[in-house]
Amino acid sequence: MRQLWSMLLAGMVMASWSVAAQAVEVRTAVLRIDYPTLAPISRYDERPDDLGFAGAALAAEDNGTTGQFLGHTYETETVAVPPEEADAALAALLDEGIDLVVILARDEDLLRLANQAGPEVLVLNALAEGDALRGEACRANVLHVAPSYAMEADAVAQFAVFKKWSRWFLIEGSNEADRAMGEAYRRAAEKFGARVVEDRIYEDTGGARRTDTGHVMVQRQLPVFTQDASDHQIVVAADATGYFAPYLPFHLWDPRPVMGSAGLRPVSFHGAHEAWGATQFQTRFDALAGRYVREEDYQTWLALRVIGEAVTRTGSADADAIRDYALGDEFELAAFKGVPVSFRQWNGQLRQPILLYDGRITASVSPQDGFLHQSSPLDTLGIDEPESTCTAFQ
Amino acid sequence: MRLAFLSACCLPALLAAAPAAANKVFVSNERGNTVTVLDSETWAVIEEFDAGNRPRGITISPDGALLYVCASDDDTVRVFDTETYEELYTLPSGPDPELFVLHPSGSPLYIANEDDNLVTVVDTESHTVEAEVPVGVEPEGMAISPDTRWVVNTSETTNMAHFIDTGDYAIKHNVLVDQRPRYAEFTDDGKTLFVTSEIGGTVSVIDMKGDAPELVHKIEFEVPGVLPEWLQPVGAKVTSDGKWLFVALGPANRIAVIDTESYEVVKYILVGQRVWQLAFTPDEEYLLTTNGNSNDITVIDVAAQEAIKSVPVGQQPWGVVVAPD
Repeated sequence: MRQLWSMLLAGMVMASWSVAAQAVEVRTAVLRIDYPTLAPISRYDERPDDLGFAGAALAAEDNGTTGQFLGHTYETETVAVPPEEADAALAALLDEGIDLVVILARDEDLLRLANQAGPEVLVLNALAEGDALRGEACRANVLHVAPSYAMEADAVAQFAVFKKWSRWFLIEGSNEADRAMGEAYRRAAEKFGARVVEDRIYEDTGGARRTDTGHVMVQRQLPVFTQDASDHQIVVAADATGYFAPYLPFHLWDPRPVMGSAGLRPVSFHGAHEAWGATQFQTRFDALAGRYVREEDYQTWLALRVIGEAVTRTGSADADAIRDYALGDEFELAAFKGVPVSFRQWNGQLRQPILLYDGRITASVSPQDGFLHQSSPLDTLGIDEPESTCTAFQ
Repeated sequence: MRLAFLSACCLPALLAAAPAAANKVFVSNERGNTVTVLDSETWAVIEEFDAGNRPRGITISPDGALLYVCASDDDTVRVFDTETYEELYTLPSGPDPELFVLHPSGSPLYIANEDDNLVTVVDTESHTVEAEVPVGVEPEGMAISPDTRWVVNTSETTNMAHFIDTGDYAIKHNVLVDQRPRYAEFTDDGKTLFVTSEIGGTVSVIDMKGDAPELVHKIEFEVPGVLPEWLQPVGAKVTSDGKWLFVALGPANRIAVIDTESYEVVKYILVGQRVWQLAFTPDEEYLLTTNGNSNDITVIDVAAQEAIKSVPVGQQPWGVVVAPD
């Protein structure tokens, strides 16, 4: 699937320019890997064909509207491929001379593609959440717009600690990504003074996730799986691959709130979020896409807005110039989350508030009040500079 | 007999007190869907009336007879009689009107349409749309230069002040400012324009004296014990002599008082919670602030630069306007 959005707005006739207006053509691409996956547990979570791309289309409109006053034009190519075709698809984009690429792929694929892209190309990660990508496997040519597992786990931990719910029963999936997420929750508990008093792994045995009588099995199995746990106040689910967490609420042995991959979920954005002017974003997105926004859309939109903001301020579409500006002290961007977002200069991660979403509304937003930091409260979420193992940005 | 005597004795005294005339203060309550009316002498609430869904921007005709209210969720501007509080008619506004500015003559009304990236120009006499001007993403702040040559619109996602020529409705200049520009305010002599940036945390000072507007300074804010992220400039008003600029700092619950000679903040006045928009009384003795999260307005003594009183109004007060003398 290939599509081309082009915002070649000739612009209105301007008698004079207060901002330096020089023609700049900004060519970007969004590369999405479509993995073969089982159907999600809930129909509400089915993947729309334009996942991520709808965010790109909105960003193209937003950037284009701003660009028309400056003589800047934006063109975004979107490519969706199966995993085995990703390398060739990236090579084709690079051959076209595109050096600003937003990628929606899993950790290992993102890393391989970033290596393939090389230092002359700026990659913006709009999906992969693994902490290794921001740590020992960090790459100087990658900016992470997607939040990390550590940021999300810290967002949940701060809220739980604020509630004084510090005894956690952690239930992890058995896949590699689930374990990485589980590790982030263990680290978050330690960081904020909570305790994982019970830790169990819910095996992924494969097979269809939805059957007509699935809930009957779940209703019998899950209480048994969760019985005899040490005394706990909440259940924390680490299910990065999405095969069991939605079943947990209401099927536990002990009646407890669920947080993490089900119940109260840490997200970068969701379709019901309205605070801080977000209603306007939602209205624009809904009109364009005909559906509610997903995290992948928001993160792709935000990645392209980072590029747009850097081009607007620097007047350059050069990948190096954009990277330097984004990582500089001057960079800040409004992202409908109440405070400006910016990049961590030690690993290229976008610092941002994390919304705690109950499936209907924004229940809370982290960082929570009272979690202090010497430079930015946003840096209480995720791996901070002293702990970072990333060396590519030094 | 005694009554008559009393009247005779006190009437002149009452008349003598009259020059400090009471003016009606109108506050739009975003969540309460009402407008609260107060008396600027006693600060008592006179009335609260329904004003449509999500009333935000609020202004008044030069003769004080008509109250204009952006009913954002109704996609319309509602017009009320300032004596009877009856709704007289609505004006076509385009979708989601938030802020507007009225030409000093009383027409037209220039409206920012957040959802459509447009500024809509509405004739307030014929009730028709005179023009639609495409601007940047999420237009918000609106101001008109004292000589009426320029209408300025700020766009929140594009981060520009757009200068619309009132003669032909073409944009002639754009000035890039900091993140999420919310409000634009001219000095009375038209020589300076201030633009507040909520997320950027600054006020841009734009010099209007040359051929083209020029960004000359950015005012920054700092309050000990308050996170810099919470210093979010929104509403702003400058005194008619151009000497003092007052800026509402949103969730920092403070009004910054700025000396416009030095651009230094000389004082932060603590007011109610999430302070949003500001309005002077016509004599500039008082400045009123709407405090969205504490559901009240704060009255500031302008000369003393001190908050003297808070008055509860409706739910989530947003905009405020004071009737002219």
